[in-house]
Amino acid sequence: MRLRDLLDLFRSPGRAEGSATAAKQRLQVILAVERPLTRGQPDFLPLMQREILDVIRKYVPIDERKLKIEVEREADMSMLAVSIELPNAALTRAI
Amino acid sequence: MSQVIVVTSGKGGVGKTTSAAAIAAGLAMKGKKVCVIDFDVGLRNLDLIMGVERRVVFDFINVINDGIRLNQALIKDKRIEGLYILPTSQTRDKDALSREGVEKVIDELRQEFDYVICDSPAGIEKGAYMALYFADEAIVVTNPEVSSVRDSDRILGILNSKSRRAERGEGPMRQHLLLTRYDLDRVARGEMLKLEDVLEILAIPVLGVIPQDDTVLQCSNLGMPVVLDPKATAAQAYMDAVRRLLGETVELRFTTPPRKSFVNWLLRRTA
Repeated sequence: MRLRDLLDLFRSPGRAEGSATAAKQRLQVILAVERPLTRGQPDFLPLMQREILDVIRKYVPIDERKLKIEVEREADMSMLAVSIELPNAALTRAI
Repeated sequence: MSQVIVVTSGKGGVGKTTSAAAIAAGLAMKGKKVCVIDFDVGLRNLDLIMGVERRVVFDFINVINDGIRLNQALIKDKRIEGLYILPTSQTRDKDALSREGVEKVIDELRQEFDYVICDSPAGIEKGAYMALYFADEAIVVTNPEVSSVRDSDRILGILNSKSRRAERGEGPMRQHLLLTRYDLDRVARGEMLKLEDVLEILAIPVLGVIPQDDTVLQCSNLGMPVVLDPKATAAQAYMDAVRRLLGETVELRFTTPPRKSFVNWLLRRTA
């Protein structure tokens, strides 16, 4: 046993612990809560948006900028809203 | 093959710009051709840290939006061969960084440079997304302190889900931890998270540990990347990190406190 270790025996237990231990424990707890929300799946929305657009474009000429995809997350459900503005000409032809 | 590396952290003030400058300069000192880009639109600082603030004529935003050519905006470092700086503008226009514009600049830089280092702004706003979006690798700069570790964890989540690699399903980006402002005395006293703690929490490989070193401030006062002062411990630690980035195996230094004499130890306890 080194002299330093011997002397450490006389320190109060609270000080010997150090606040770093508390820091580590607090981080582990908060990250366990946050990670499911922040370390999600790769964002599939851009790819999905492109594919939805491709399908619609097969039938109707549309403007990419007129497509809106939104995800709303609430406590126990998520809502996916897709809104596409169709040009008038496309609709009259269909009817 | 050209590598695009983002230097990011989430939290501000942890040493992102200092680290981006030191790593870019270190890579250039190792003979690589390097460009370091400031993504902190509105609050540019890389120019000051690199000591080129009075040489800025055109910037990143002019290249994206005003038809200025890249070589009109790139600033060649006068001290280190092969090192170039692309400063950003002080505009307050949040849309100045368009994804297409950034992509075009980065593609062009890839043709010219071995390494493109993207110095990210703090936060998780658009500038930070743009800095990481096109990256092949990420250096996550973290201080051994709770808020910095939490923010780094958040940034790791974003790297894994919002980067172009993630969106294209190209597999996870290589991520490295750079632990900065590491104060060995405080770690020894149990007052500061130690490297092992941070590694256990963030679970990414360590690129380097930069000890707390007053030289870092002196170098920023003078506008020189800290690696230009080879006697400084921080400079040696950054150069070790650079060698690891280049694939060398380099043992970690400055992670255990130098042995203190009994007298020193007594003095510290009574202080």
